[in-house]
Amino acid sequence: MTLEIVGISVLWLFLFGYVIVASIDFGAGFFSAYSDFAKKKHILHKIIQRYLSPVWEVTNVFLVFFFVGIVGFFPKTAYYYGSILLVPASIAIVLLAIRGSYYAFHTYGGTERNWYLLAYGLTGLFIPASLSIVLTISEGGFVEKSGETLTLLYKELFVSPLTWSIVLLSITSVLYISATFLTYYANEAGDMQARELLRKYALSWSGPTILSALLIIYQLRHHNPEHYSNMFNIAWMFAISCLFFVLTVYLLWKKRHFGWAFISLLLQYAFAFYAYGISHYPYLLYPYLTIYDGFTNQAMAIALIIAFIAGFLLLIPSLYLLMRLFLFNKKYVKGQL
Amino acid sequence: MWKYDPVLFSRVLTELTLTFHIIYATIGVGVPLMIAIAQWVGIRKNDEHYILLARRWTRGFVVTVAVGVVTGTAIGLQLSLLWPNFMQLAGQVISLPLFMETFAFFLEAIFLGIYLYTWDRFENQKKHLLLLIPVAIGSSASAMFITMVNAFMNTPQGFELKNGVITNIEPLVAMFNPATPTKVAHVLATAYMTCAFVLASIAAWHLMRGNRHIYHKKALYLTMKTALIFSLASALVGDLSGKFLAEYQPEKLAAAEWHFETSTHAPLVLFGMLDENNNIKNALIIPNALSILAHNHPAAEVKGLNEFPKEETPPLYIHYLFDLMVTLGVFLTVVAAVYWLGKIFKWKFVAKKWFFGLLVASGPLSMLAIEAGWYLAEVGRQPWILRGYMKTAEAATSSAHVDTMLILFSILYLILGIASAAVLINMFRKNPVERELAERSGQQEVMAE
Repeated sequence: MTLEIVGISVLWLFLFGYVIVASIDFGAGFFSAYSDFAKKKHILHKIIQRYLSPVWEVTNVFLVFFFVGIVGFFPKTAYYYGSILLVPASIAIVLLAIRGSYYAFHTYGGTERNWYLLAYGLTGLFIPASLSIVLTISEGGFVEKSGETLTLLYKELFVSPLTWSIVLLSITSVLYISATFLTYYANEAGDMQARELLRKYALSWSGPTILSALLIIYQLRHHNPEHYSNMFNIAWMFAISCLFFVLTVYLLWKKRHFGWAFISLLLQYAFAFYAYGISHYPYLLYPYLTIYDGFTNQAMAIALIIAFIAGFLLLIPSLYLLMRLFLFNKKYVKGQL
Repeated sequence: MWKYDPVLFSRVLTELTLTFHIIYATIGVGVPLMIAIAQWVGIRKNDEHYILLARRWTRGFVVTVAVGVVTGTAIGLQLSLLWPNFMQLAGQVISLPLFMETFAFFLEAIFLGIYLYTWDRFENQKKHLLLLIPVAIGSSASAMFITMVNAFMNTPQGFELKNGVITNIEPLVAMFNPATPTKVAHVLATAYMTCAFVLASIAAWHLMRGNRHIYHKKALYLTMKTALIFSLASALVGDLSGKFLAEYQPEKLAAAEWHFETSTHAPLVLFGMLDENNNIKNALIIPNALSILAHNHPAAEVKGLNEFPKEETPPLYIHYLFDLMVTLGVFLTVVAAVYWLGKIFKWKFVAKKWFFGLLVASGPLSMLAIEAGWYLAEVGRQPWILRGYMKTAEAATSSAHVDTMLILFSILYLILGIASAAVLINMFRKNPVERELAERSGQQEVMAE
């Protein structure tokens, strides 16, 4: 295993962590805002608030970790992606800023502003959409290089069906992942009314996620044949992912083992996410940048990996403590603390 | 004709983000320490007032943390978005502390979440206080790692650059460059100092308005004493920073001091104006002081600005930034010392309305000194982004739309600034100390029964 592979695997793991944690957060925020407008606030509000309160800041760190890490391991990404992502990334920052600050203002400051609540709920959908654009761009065809200047082709990006398929997958996934997790969480809390509502949401968003994923694979066939054929070489990973999908839906349908249903969902996404990443190999940005020509030097790579291991040893017990005190603390979940 | 210049807009946008972020970042670094001190004193003295002080500061703190987090995310991304060439080059050498900063931040975020929601979960208050230690360490470590990156930009080392290719990279040597010790110490000491003054301002505000509750008096005394200690520490480190500059970045010191000709017995120039021939007018001149600041000896030789090529020296207006920072620093130290002495010798005027007014101003003035200091540090490094290796103009993006993004972020920061201030004011006005104290003692009576 080369250092390049170690580096990208670690980063991919953190990106996966972000996708899951952020999806729960974004979806929870959306459901919370939606329930307010749909007059179902009393059902969902409490359960979501209890989950969100202690963890919102941690979510953001996963993202920061990913982008700082990728510039560390692959400094050329700063040049390639930095040059082209100015507008999409700035929009994502603004949305993240509105979301993060609203949450704190609202929860700790007690501000109640309807338009801000609406904005908060919507950012839960817009942020994943705007971040997913980066994956679309990485497939190539949207960046023009003339000499040393890189330009993002906004029009091509905007009218491409691939863009919209990926946006669709990101939004439906957010709602599906979040609803499945919160179903489990509500069940733990013994709040049956919330559980049933969330279970209904989870089931209704399950189908659209698979449809949009298939749509992406179909688009890639035309857009990036190389990636498409790589995906076929590891079709077994996608097959396993599908099996887990079926298992999750089955468990949700039968109202059984909600914890396992969520774990099965995690495995479904992990297999699909890694299969996507592996088939993307070795490109960071088609066709300009691979993990090999973008990699940092040996000394820095080793230093970063050591720092990573040390940091990880520090974080695991801390995260464990956080989870024990809140997420998996029966009394806290039930609102008795 | 107006011409779009991505370098100029990148600079202005970075300045804007940092100017805004540094306020919240400074609070983020210093306030956890202040909360810990208050809670510790509260436990030691078994005094409910200090515990409540810690609780109320924490509640305000999370609102500022949120803005600090989101603006920190913004600057983290903007480094790559606005300065892609710089990050591509420097990323190979200095990404280690950047990477470690995310871990420190991670630690802080996790424990802050726990700390916030476990006020009443522990029988033993000391256990709860223990949770704050990783928060304080995490936030100060974040500041340290980021400052190391900034130090590296001033005195880069730990690599060799040959024909545009970087070789022989030593990440630890890059991290522990000559600017690191003084810069890190200066950033931390001034952050603690500023937070102490900011919190003192709040207490002084209530006292000035005639609220003579003992809670505010205790708060003011605690914060002013802390402020005095860290003001003195900042002054000491500031002096060491002068010596560092004389040794490693003499052009920055010379420009800040309007010291043009190399000379012994160099005087310190305060305030004043420059005419078209760079003659100094109307300035306050302290003989030998610059030699002392630079080398600890009144006769020492200090390098003048004329020794350096003109295109490699910073703009001369940084002199005013230096003056502003130093004047405010000295003024605030004196104010804190007078307050402290006044308390000991029972001088009446330290409880007068005008003196409280002065203390109210201390927080904002201290923050202004922080801003002036960062502008001095950053503008004083120009024209370089990586001193001696890469100029700022070569580092910037060539993207279109930086101007539009500048407008977008200006609006964002305006909204965040106003909203965070409004939320804070609202939060404490709705729930004044007196009411909370009454409620809490009521609760305790119920529990005692």
